[in-house]
Amino acid sequence: MSKFLPLWPDSASTMSGQVDALYIYLLLVAGVMTALIFVAVTVLAIKYRRVPGREATQIEGSTILEITWSIIPFFVMLTFFIWGAVLYFQERTPPANATEVYVVAKQWMWKIEHMEGQREINELHVPVGQNVKLIMTSQDVIHSFFVPAFRIKQDVLPGRYTTLWFKATVPGRYHLFCAEYCGTMHSGMGGDIVVMEPQEYAQWMAVGATAPLQDTGKELFASLGCATCHRFDVQGRGPNLAGIYNKPVLLEDGRTVTADENYVRESILNPTAKIVNGFKPIMPTFQGIVSDEQLNALVAYVKSLSQPPTGTAGLQNQPAVSPGQTQNVQVQ
Amino acid sequence: MASKAASTENTAMSANQAPKLNYLNNGHSLKSWLLTTDHKRIAMLYLISVTTFFFIGGFFAMLIRLELLTPQGDLMQADTYNKVFTMHGMTMVFFFLIPVVPAVLGNFLVPLMIGAKDLAFPRINLLSWYLYIIAGTLFLHCMLIGGVDTGWTFYTPYSTVGSNTNVIEAGLAVFIAGFSSIFTGLNFIVTIHRMRAPGLTWDRLPLFIWANYATSLIMILGTPVVAITIVLVAVERLFHLGIFDPALGGDPLLFQHLFWFYSHPAVYIMILPSMGVVSELITCFSRKRIFGYKFIALSSIAIAVIGFLVWAHHMFVAGISLYAAMIFSFLTFFVGVPSAVKVFNWTATLYKSSITYATPMLYAFGFIGLFTIGGLTGLFLATLGIDVHVTDTYFVVAHFHYVMVGGVLMGFLGGMHFWWPKISGRMYPEGWARLSALLVFVGFNLTFFPQFILGYVGMPRRYWQYPPEFQVLNVLSTAGASVLAVGYLLPMIYFLWSLKYGPIASDNPWNAAGLEWKTTSPPPTFNFDETPVVTWEAYNYDEIPDVPLEAPVAR
Repeated sequence: MSKFLPLWPDSASTMSGQVDALYIYLLLVAGVMTALIFVAVTVLAIKYRRVPGREATQIEGSTILEITWSIIPFFVMLTFFIWGAVLYFQERTPPANATEVYVVAKQWMWKIEHMEGQREINELHVPVGQNVKLIMTSQDVIHSFFVPAFRIKQDVLPGRYTTLWFKATVPGRYHLFCAEYCGTMHSGMGGDIVVMEPQEYAQWMAVGATAPLQDTGKELFASLGCATCHRFDVQGRGPNLAGIYNKPVLLEDGRTVTADENYVRESILNPTAKIVNGFKPIMPTFQGIVSDEQLNALVAYVKSLSQPPTGTAGLQNQPAVSPGQTQNVQVQ
Repeated sequence: MASKAASTENTAMSANQAPKLNYLNNGHSLKSWLLTTDHKRIAMLYLISVTTFFFIGGFFAMLIRLELLTPQGDLMQADTYNKVFTMHGMTMVFFFLIPVVPAVLGNFLVPLMIGAKDLAFPRINLLSWYLYIIAGTLFLHCMLIGGVDTGWTFYTPYSTVGSNTNVIEAGLAVFIAGFSSIFTGLNFIVTIHRMRAPGLTWDRLPLFIWANYATSLIMILGTPVVAITIVLVAVERLFHLGIFDPALGGDPLLFQHLFWFYSHPAVYIMILPSMGVVSELITCFSRKRIFGYKFIALSSIAIAVIGFLVWAHHMFVAGISLYAAMIFSFLTFFVGVPSAVKVFNWTATLYKSSITYATPMLYAFGFIGLFTIGGLTGLFLATLGIDVHVTDTYFVVAHFHYVMVGGVLMGFLGGMHFWWPKISGRMYPEGWARLSALLVFVGFNLTFFPQFILGYVGMPRRYWQYPPEFQVLNVLSTAGASVLAVGYLLPMIYFLWSLKYGPIASDNPWNAAGLEWKTTSPPPTFNFDETPVVTWEAYNYDEIPDVPLEAPVAR
């Protein structure tokens, strides 16, 4: 990419080539259409310019032409829709084996938490060739996580998780922008996505790693007293959480919901919103008691109860560095 | 029907005799203007007010372009920049683009074109202008006491808990301006239904009337929604009732649904009347009936109806469900069809026609060009996989300026030149006018085309500072904006000049069809000495003699 006059963005993810292909298709169709209209208007305007003695021929219209130029564009647009929807479906459907990274946005910075406990601000290190899923939330207003080189963007909302995934293909440093206006330093709320070769990434990860996120969550689960009711041995006053992640849950009002990240999050902050069938609405809210980072740890812990650890492939046996480095475990 | 001889005679008469009583010289006191119920005078009041706001909004635009000349934020503070782009957007959207064509040209022309003496509710018409002025004054006051920084979109929770600027006052201004536009829409709908001249059936109506009818439907159905939404923002901001802020138990996306339910159709409030103007211009200057009258008329209604079903295409990355996004993407393509139908029909009208390149026609050509680009890039944004990358970047900025500014201003300026003889009784200077049309077209493309590239390369919108590699494209854009500014200033200067020095216009200098040309220029207060009886279809140019090549136009 020319640094003086870039006409095309860097291409560094599995998505970027696909988006570019569709974009080029659209450019071609739009270019042909624009050329057709411009040429038609110009040619007609010159050919039928006012000449003394020649009068306009009055033409009422043509239903056949109208139908033709309604239906053909519609079917062309249908190809845009289908191709675009297929890409969008991929963009919105993270692969099951993706490494998870938690992102907390606030005015005006990006806070990143890796599953291994590694934390970063305004930088996200990822290995080449690994599916990475971001689980994002905001502490204040709406932000948007935008990486032009990956052709992905997702708004980050307060009060809920939104997710985004990508697979980087080319090592390098790429812009991270906030794309949703968020106040004074909106244009300064950026950073870098650092895509590394797997070995380099392993070295980088080994240096600053602390306790894995689900371990932090496990400690919180105990210290906040969650374990009193949500027991794993006998039926407690709250539902047993082992294995619930991504499984359907039958609610008291007869609805069935999927226990995804947002469900777990909501059940901590607003426990009476969705009462599991057979349980009483006795759980207190943890709104204002746990921070967004602690929530992430709790969610990561609940998820870990049903699946193998989701750390970066090849790094799962990395020994945790001293637990003293774990931040944010104390209950405020 | 005025023949060539009659129209020349008419010019001579009005030049030699004492001027006939018309709406302009029927009372000169300030009171006779401020308390007028004459739709033509109210249109002039609107013309002065929206032009004022256009130049205020334009001033903010120049500040934005100057700041973006360099990658660093060096001309103003970040907070100032955020206020400047917010006030640029709010001024232009709510105080210029929405009222400009309906409230100026529509107010002036709807009764004239349908052979009525005035609108159905002349006092409500005046009230709508006063509401606009109250809203505008409030908004000016809001700017002077420090402005507002939420972006024109008022997104929550930033607008309710994040911003510490004058959000409520700006919201109140928008709320009041909304009622001004509801009143205009109501007036148009009743007038078009009840006050058409005998014989002027729906299938004989000028397409400008159809376009304003469709616009009015959106105004009265959509505007209340945005008004209520703004009230909800104010309630949450003042009383901390949880509506949009999740910390209070609200839903931030609810705001976006409510806001875009109005604000997407609002784009059609802006563009539909201009499309109506273009249909009038193209038929007159190609001396032809319009190709596919019914399809153009119905496409306006189709755009108004389908326009209400596509709002969530502004929210593809906002966190709506996968399948909701797919449905809204699919529905959005349906709006593309009636828009394309219009462009094809205008182009087909040129076939076997007899074209003169008078300034209004140049603006009509410009409209087709800019709207084609604006419309086609809209398809990019409707395509889900592309929208994810380009939404909230300069690609969107470029797209909506092509449609809203390119489209609306080309239509408005084309219409102003076309009807200026009717409005003022004078001709504008044709040479200068053609130059302005050229400057606007070139300046516009130079300003906004680079922004498509900038957007795809990845520059987000509403950025005060940006990475240095985006600078060249930004400099091009700023250069274009300077040309554009000259192109917009010129007409204001020569229109004012022509009020005193322009050649006297005949009643029908273009030999145009349409009832508005069958009364004097400028028209008398009650428009027609006797109510016309219509026995012909719109654009019956086969029955109207051509203007001679040396048209009575100042060169």
